Amino acid sequence: MSMNRRQFLRGAAGAVAAAAAAPVAEAAAPFAPREPKQLPPKAIGMLYDSTLCIGCKACVAACKEANGKPVEQPQHLAAWNEGTWDAAEDISGKTLNVIRVYQNGAMAEKDREINGYAFVKRHCLHCVDPSCVSVCPVSAMQKDPQTGVVTHNPDACIGCRYCVYGCPFNVPHYQFDEPLGRIAKCQLCNHLLKENPLFSSHEDSPKVPATTSATALWKYSRIPACCDVCPTGASLFGWVEDLQAEAERRLALKPGEMYEFPRGLLGGDRPTHNAPVGEYQPHVYGEKESGGTQVRYLTGVPHEKLGLPKLPDHSFAAVSEGVQHTLYKGLIAPVVLLGGLVVLARRSAKGDEAQKKEEERPS
Amino acid sequence: MTAITHRPLGGKIVTKPFLILGLFLAIAAYFILRRFLFGMGDVSNMSNGYPIGTWVVLDVVIGTAFGCGGFAMALLIYIFNRKAYHPLMRPALLGGVFGYTLAGLAVMIDLGRYWNAFNLLLPWYAQPNSVIFEVALCVMAYITVLWLEFWPAFLERMPSEFKQRYRLDKLQAFLKRYMYVLVAVGVLLPTMHQSSLGSVLLILGYKLSPLWNTIWLPLLYLISALAMGYAVVMLEATLVNRAFKTPSEVALFARLSRVAAGLLVGFLVLRWGDLAYRGHLGLAFAGDWDGNLFLIETVLFLAPIFVLLSRRRTSQRWQFLGAVSLLAAGSLYRLNSYLMAVQPGNGWTYFPSAPELIVTIGVICLEIMLYLLFIKTLPVLQDHTAESHGRPS
Repeated sequence: MSMNRRQFLRGAAGAVAAAAAAPVAEAAAPFAPREPKQLPPKAIGMLYDSTLCIGCKACVAACKEANGKPVEQPQHLAAWNEGTWDAAEDISGKTLNVIRVYQNGAMAEKDREINGYAFVKRHCLHCVDPSCVSVCPVSAMQKDPQTGVVTHNPDACIGCRYCVYGCPFNVPHYQFDEPLGRIAKCQLCNHLLKENPLFSSHEDSPKVPATTSATALWKYSRIPACCDVCPTGASLFGWVEDLQAEAERRLALKPGEMYEFPRGLLGGDRPTHNAPVGEYQPHVYGEKESGGTQVRYLTGVPHEKLGLPKLPDHSFAAVSEGVQHTLYKGLIAPVVLLGGLVVLARRSAKGDEAQKKEEERPS
Repeated sequence: MTAITHRPLGGKIVTKPFLILGLFLAIAAYFILRRFLFGMGDVSNMSNGYPIGTWVVLDVVIGTAFGCGGFAMALLIYIFNRKAYHPLMRPALLGGVFGYTLAGLAVMIDLGRYWNAFNLLLPWYAQPNSVIFEVALCVMAYITVLWLEFWPAFLERMPSEFKQRYRLDKLQAFLKRYMYVLVAVGVLLPTMHQSSLGSVLLILGYKLSPLWNTIWLPLLYLISALAMGYAVVMLEATLVNRAFKTPSEVALFARLSRVAAGLLVGFLVLRWGDLAYRGHLGLAFAGDWDGNLFLIETVLFLAPIFVLLSRRRTSQRWQFLGAVSLLAAGSLYRLNSYLMAVQPGNGWTYFPSAPELIVTIGVICLEIMLYLLFIKTLPVLQDHTAESHGRPS
């Protein structure tokens, strides 16, 4: 018995040592992240230009109206008015979109890091490879294969809140103060977009020419409420690839130069906003972050200061699914393991019976 | 080696400790009711920065590790064929039954949209990429397997006329014949979901310190579950032995403790080796919150290794202390990686509210109450009266 035990321990120690040596030898190759996801063919999104934003919060009010969300009033601001004024400080279970302020020192100049201030809009960034979709156990979080809009289905949702836990931008919010709370997040006004025959396969929709021109979009449907009401074009809706080109165009301009900023919809027919070009950080946030997002940011102060975290070029969903797919590919490993376990357990059970019979015989 | 017989411990069920546990349970029930009437925010401090609180981390992530006694012992006894440990099997299994069943109960309290929980079982909602989906299905299946594995204890207790009338004797024979299949499934399922409890954290990315966030999380979680499983068997048996004055099993545990210590050595070698390989050793000695938590964990993991490998392992007191330290280490590892080392940013902080903790404590009290009830009324513990070296209780 003691011999066996020693052998067992030696075997166990050997296995553990091998497991420990494996990462050094193979650089964790078996757990490579899965292939990154690509931008969907009709990806729509938003470009938020922080230097254009004047902090009027028209987008916040319009969002509440379009999505039927109530006015929110934090307790410490209750003394300011009788509850008519929406004073949400961050996105929440009742607020899908909010404008936040960066403040530093004397706050003398807009879009300056030191002694300055800046605005930033916070809502879902509609990741190309979303963590919330990856972690959701009941497919309540979905990414539209055409438009890439990340939607949420409360009828499927079990409220486990792993989408809240896993989102790198802390976007999905659960309504903790409701007995029957749900997950709230920006769905890019998907209910308004659905009226657009370009995006829906609905038979009754009027037929539009199979074009990807933005004007067609504008004619046949409404655009997300926040972009619809933005007076300066800080929130701009459109095809993601066009928005990226627009962002790069702006980065190439000289600060202070006058530029015709489109409003509402990139390529739409609204009057433009003629304004001087801001001093941008030389980086389009969302182009590569976390495998890319469909909402992209141009900012005057470093994005970390605005609550946009520094992220690697791959999605954490790719890492997690890489591990999971390695271990559970075709359920081969679990089935093989089960087979081995059954054989061993059976052998040990048979051994028991044989022993019992032997013991019973003399008595 | 003779075949093992079990017998109910007997004795009064409603004792003073039982009533005290019941009191805690009653207070917890009040707050659970409030949670369902007024929402989770009414009783808990969970927020959208820390959407996972003590209900999941203490009752499920740590609670199921405490329920891994059955898993760890089955692996040793039936898979590695170490029959000497057989007397420990059924009490360990019972610990698993309640550890897991009540983790399931805690999940139902914690689910924000619990009335949709059934969606987990509907194929058209299935999301196989989700680690949580795998954990949920696996745990549900394992709870079923645990009750089936424990079912013979009920059957042994039933009068034979009753069993014959309802053909339960056939079931008993069937279960006995194919128990090895159940045992194999009962080892596979915790291997899967205990490792997946670690994989769950990979999605956190930058929110979780690199001291915990590694590609080896699944293996580290699996090893810690097994080690905690052995420790909990030692802890339970020592407590039962002291409380009910049953013959001690110190000699058996002296051997078991070497298995547990071996697992811990493997755990620490893998963890520190991986940390060095990724070049993050400096973080451990940074002297900050994360670094210090990591060092405290390491000390708690090292202590049982020294105790359980030294001569002291033959002393019941030291065995007990070693097991407690191991369980504290494993629990802290899980608590840190799910909560304390998670930084969602944006100024969010979390500390559980008193009612939130009381709900967690209530679930644990219910677990202990049911354990006591079962060992007193059902054949769970080994029958020592039949053995010559046993002493009357």
